[in-house]
Amino acid sequence: MEAAQAPSPAVETVSLVEATRRAVIQEMRRDRTVWVLGEDVARGGIFGQYCGLIEEFGPDRVVSTPISEATIMGVGLGAALVGTRPIIEMRIFDFALCAMDELVNQIAKIRYMFGGQAKPALVIRAPHGLWRSSAAQHSQSFEAWFAHLPGLVVAVPATPADAAGLLVSAVRADDPVLFLEPKALFGATGGVASEILPLPFGVARQARSGKDLTLVCWSSIVPECERAADVLAGQGIDAEVLDLRTLWPWDEAAVLDSAARTRRLLVVHEAVRAGGFGGEIVSRVVERLGPRALRAVLRVGAPRLPVPFIPNPIDQNRCAQSRSPMDMMRPG
Amino acid sequence: MAAHAAGDLPGFLHPSIGQEAVAAGVCSVLRPDDRITSTHRGHGHALAKGADVRGMMRELFGRAGGVCRGKGGSTHIADFKVGMLGANGVVAGGIPIALGAAQGLRLLGSDAIVVSFFGDGAINRGPFLEGLNWAALYRLPVLLVCEDNMVAAFTATSSVTAGPGVVARAQSCGVAAESVDGNDAEAVAEVAARLAARIRRGEGPHLLHARTYRLLGHTSTDAAAWRDPKEVDEAKARDPLACARLRLIASGVAEVALDAIVDEARAEMESARSDALAAPWPDPAEAWDDVQDAGAELMETA
Repeated sequence: MEAAQAPSPAVETVSLVEATRRAVIQEMRRDRTVWVLGEDVARGGIFGQYCGLIEEFGPDRVVSTPISEATIMGVGLGAALVGTRPIIEMRIFDFALCAMDELVNQIAKIRYMFGGQAKPALVIRAPHGLWRSSAAQHSQSFEAWFAHLPGLVVAVPATPADAAGLLVSAVRADDPVLFLEPKALFGATGGVASEILPLPFGVARQARSGKDLTLVCWSSIVPECERAADVLAGQGIDAEVLDLRTLWPWDEAAVLDSAARTRRLLVVHEAVRAGGFGGEIVSRVVERLGPRALRAVLRVGAPRLPVPFIPNPIDQNRCAQSRSPMDMMRPG
Repeated sequence: MAAHAAGDLPGFLHPSIGQEAVAAGVCSVLRPDDRITSTHRGHGHALAKGADVRGMMRELFGRAGGVCRGKGGSTHIADFKVGMLGANGVVAGGIPIALGAAQGLRLLGSDAIVVSFFGDGAINRGPFLEGLNWAALYRLPVLLVCEDNMVAAFTATSSVTAGPGVVARAQSCGVAAESVDGNDAEAVAEVAARLAARIRRGEGPHLLHARTYRLLGHTSTDAAAWRDPKEVDEAKARDPLACARLRLIASGVAEVALDAIVDEARAEMESARSDALAAPWPDPAEAWDDVQDAGAELMETA
């Protein structure tokens, strides 16, 4: 009857962005050294991911900053070196490119370069990917650049529960974690536990089991891949869908196991195909299983084009590419 | 430098010979729990903050027991035990780190302050300009020390810098700034003490502009023959160690007492050098250590 008397549900359906908000609140309540800095965070963040935090934690722990990406990133590092656990908000990942020295030369190097004297325990939150026709400087997916970079963990969640669990892990980890959030899925909903448990890095989620084809994907494109698997199922093709959830470390064992069973490997990512992380996955599988282990291999990704403002060229390209998995199933 | 010339070092050095008074003067007013960030020319800052001499020397020689386990070398000397948060290979790279250390320390309830050393070349980099605004905005307990040796790598800084210079740039953001003769250790210490006291009282960031001179080239491989010999000779006449000695003698300190201090310092460095030369190279397996925790088991096969 009374809402106040109802037991709080163990699992509640919330949006991905709300899931991350809850994860941050939970960790800031648990650990007083956790704090947030970035543009507009005291106003709740541009996606609402920090709504209500300023009221609970105050301006010393929810720090709205100038538009100074390099300094935001470097300040987060300095604060980590004296023992706090900053969450560095980058607004969207394209803007973090203004802070590449601080991320690549400083954050990713400092533990190694100084012989382990310090661990930069920090999280860099960076919404990425296509979103509402945002054109060339607000839409990019750079995960491959950073999976390539020793020293960082790269998280690429696709569901509210995974985003929440990986964010909790990221806050608690002693490694710097680049937390790439799928802008296109901020509104996607799913169940999130009232107590968010840390989710280990490097463990893929089997979104669907199957025997004919291994479809590996991550981040924004995952729901589309699951829908594609449904379409394939209607045509009698049983696709296994693996959502990697983190790209470094990545769940090589799960991919190898699946690919060895299905003998068909399809990697799909929203990022540009050329030089994308899909190439790494395919290479590893071929190296590990041998050149004759697979009957078919395909990478699907964006063409090597800047993202245009008008949506049609990309959509048309995607439609063209979406036929490719069917081609893989042809005998030959 | 002799060790580099003899081929005993795996890499090169960025010498700070001639700039000793800035590091010594500033660090003399700091507490052990105060932090510093340094530059690629950071040996003097590390020594002045109390870094372990043998560990530092082993690091320069790339040997086991180096303060960074042989992974940083001269350019990345750090000794967190004494609050030395690292030299930095990137010009102005230490400035945001210092600001963050200050912000983090305040969040933790510490009253320690942070000093960021940087060169005159750094004032044309974004992190310095962003950092001035940031430091003032959050009234951070930071002393920004511009070690002005008048040259940015191989180029006269004045030839690539618009406007009246670093003090005016600081003041434009509301950061109080003072200039000092950076070759006069006592003058540096006096101004640094005054500014540090203000910072400790909560008066926000300050900038100390210390004018000095780099007596050697950009790196240990640069003979600096490109410089005007007259300028170098004039600078040698103002060598901070020689000036300090003359002043101390004039104030009544016995020469023999000064000689004893110099001899002791030389002996300490010679001993560290012998120790480093005799030390083993690090175990190659250590190359895999201290990259990151997550995925460490994948590292060797990736």
